[in-house]
Amino acid sequence: MTGGDVREAVLRAGRGVRWYLREWSGEARWDEYLRQCATHGHPPVSRREFERRRADALESRPVSRCC
Amino acid sequence: MSTTVTQDDTGGPARPPGSLRRMSVRSVIVWAAVAAVGAVAWTVLALSRGESVSALWILFAALCSYAIAYRFYARYITYTVLRADDRRATPAERLHNGIDFDVTDRRVLFGHHFAAIAGAGPLVGPVLAAQMGYLPGTIWIVVGVIFAGAVQDLTVMFFSMRRNGKSLGQMVREEIGIIGGVAALIAVFAIMIIILAVLALIVVNALAESPWGVFSIALTIPIALFMGIYLRRIRPGRVLEATGIGVVLLLLAIVGGGWIQDTGLAEALTLSKEWLVLALVVYGFVASVLPVWLLLTPRDYLSTFMKIGVIVLLALSLLIARPVLQAEAITDFAREGTGPVFAGSLFPFVFITIACGALSGFHALISSGTTPKMVAKESQVRLIGYGGMLMESFVAISALIAACVIDQGLYYAMNSPAGATGGTVESAATFVQGFGFDTTAQDLAAASAAVQEPSLVSRTGGAPTLAVGISEIFSTAFGGGLQAFWYHFAIMFEALFILTAVDAGTRVGRFMLQDTIGNVWKKFGDLSWRPGNIIASAVVVLLWGSVLYIGVTDPLGGVNQLFPLFGIANQLLAAIALTLVTVLLIKHGKLRWAWVTGVPLVWDLVVTMTASWQKVFSDVPAIGYFAQAQRYRDARAAGEVLPPAQDPGQMDQVIFNSTLNGVLQSFFALLVVVVVVNAVVVIVRAIRAGGSLPTTEEPAVPSQLVEPAGLFATAEEKRAIAEHERLVGAGTTEGGRG
Repeated sequence: MTGGDVREAVLRAGRGVRWYLREWSGEARWDEYLRQCATHGHPPVSRREFERRRADALESRPVSRCC
Repeated sequence: MSTTVTQDDTGGPARPPGSLRRMSVRSVIVWAAVAAVGAVAWTVLALSRGESVSALWILFAALCSYAIAYRFYARYITYTVLRADDRRATPAERLHNGIDFDVTDRRVLFGHHFAAIAGAGPLVGPVLAAQMGYLPGTIWIVVGVIFAGAVQDLTVMFFSMRRNGKSLGQMVREEIGIIGGVAALIAVFAIMIIILAVLALIVVNALAESPWGVFSIALTIPIALFMGIYLRRIRPGRVLEATGIGVVLLLLAIVGGGWIQDTGLAEALTLSKEWLVLALVVYGFVASVLPVWLLLTPRDYLSTFMKIGVIVLLALSLLIARPVLQAEAITDFAREGTGPVFAGSLFPFVFITIACGALSGFHALISSGTTPKMVAKESQVRLIGYGGMLMESFVAISALIAACVIDQGLYYAMNSPAGATGGTVESAATFVQGFGFDTTAQDLAAASAAVQEPSLVSRTGGAPTLAVGISEIFSTAFGGGLQAFWYHFAIMFEALFILTAVDAGTRVGRFMLQDTIGNVWKKFGDLSWRPGNIIASAVVVLLWGSVLYIGVTDPLGGVNQLFPLFGIANQLLAAIALTLVTVLLIKHGKLRWAWVTGVPLVWDLVVTMTASWQKVFSDVPAIGYFAQAQRYRDARAAGEVLPPAQDPGQMDQVIFNSTLNGVLQSFFALLVVVVVVNAVVVIVRAIRAGGSLPTTEEPAVPSQLVEPAGLFATAEEKRAIAEHERLVGAGTTEGGRG
């Protein structure tokens, strides 16, 4: 394995972790939304508005946490 | 209720990739090696007596067993028994709305599901069960998860997914009957109250008389509020950023707790158990009526990150520290049933003390409902349902190890009720020396000094013991003499996610109550009606709060008295879930595979019913609740005061508590019997009808998605995905996919 390979592997792993955390935490939802808007030609709402709607949707959806 | 007759076993899916018949030479060699390592590890554990055994053998035995079970048994259940069919669209795909129905990457969903099922349960049960020695707990955790717990989670998730993510209660009502459905609904609600109370009890026991602990836990509330406001107003949506800040603040709060110990604040933060109960009840109520974005959601991020972090750290540090087991393989308490931590012999009590990690009925509530609505492909239930539960089992194994590597005299001094140890280091040392340990009063004092706690005697509930174990393992592995920091770090992390479970549970309980009462009083069922929210929250909080108060003030020790009730309740819930999936297998015409869930069901019923029977009818006062009440009643009539009660008031308390526990115990068992009897009627009807009955399964709709089934995409799957993308022409794959 050359130095370049190692560097490439580390970068790949880092990108993977970042992707995972953004997906897991829901941060990636915003990017997804922007992409959807672009595809369908809708003007997007502000990020603040988007996140507020997303957070308020959780209000009536209980999240169970086990023992 | 839409009803379709399913035709199964005809036209099932093609064989899964990499099926047995086509195993390559390389994978035969790999799996033979895994099996060999596992067999050696189990042999060492089973045969070693009286010599020093490394805790790593437990780790290897468990990991090899999990790998084999996942590779072979979970695959068999998924493809042969359930016939998961990836050509069929999942509800996430069919009903996609971006809110609850949402196609989610399998690895991300695995993370969500694991965060939802794993909590304090797998950390506490194994610690208490260490009283029986390390072997019974290890065997039950590993064998239990493979054949019962993970099977329950997988099958419940699958059947719920085929029914658009219906909840456990709904499925019991529609597939078994209205009587069973009502019984299940009441059981779920009542069991949840007990679980919340016992979880809260563990926190109270960990924080009582500990200013350091109270300080750091109390600070989690403003930290979470700050994160909530940050995400709402300052930088909307930047969850990782906010969580990063939160974690740093959390670590500062732990360090800060060490400083305030020596200041005047320490006295103000030294709270009695009664005050802590009040604080928790108020907190639970407020958290349940506040908007979720303000407290619940940020707190959940924080606790999940801490949870994953600690589990990874613990696994790593076990490998580095390689501790030696101090506990015996099987103790005398396992045979005689006279242990001080909880009463009763190995069968059935080891199997109910360890619920989470081996078989946890509570998971059925999460495996139905939330998760199935997000699964992308049917075959992924193997990774998410079965794999998620294996991971929780691994957490339980780590906790068991942590309890078995500390000095066992200290273990018993910490876990026996104050009535037994006398509460001081001198009396506790005499008490454990009575069991043959050479632990002295100086040793006990030194142990509490090392973690900077006023005392470790009778710190029951499992959390402090686990924290001592973790702090020893971490400080051996990482050095630096930070034992006190690690102890409070561990306490904080347990308390954090117990409180998250209490918040979330109170909210779920409130929704259930509003939903149920909403059937007769429409207005009450409206979730946005403020007075309804407040009344329902108050009822739920008062219910678990009063059980908590009873536990905290119990002269016989709340954990000793309530933990069996908690374990039995959790596994009675598992009995309801396993009954449901067994009925469904039979209704789908899969009688010849019904043993897959039927065998764990029968085992679980034998265990829980024996345990319930003993707790209700045993004439040994330490075991039978009513016998205990009778013993104290007789003594009171004779004008005596029986220790550990100290006055007639406490005598009355014991009588009241034991009677109440006995009544609850019988009530839970009865509800389960009702569900099972109702199920048997349905099974008989199905068999008479020629082996199958109509179910509420949704009709198949062809899927347009191509996704891998397992954690890693196989070469075949990668090709299929590339091909699909070429055809659809969508170039929007995510960075880490495949």
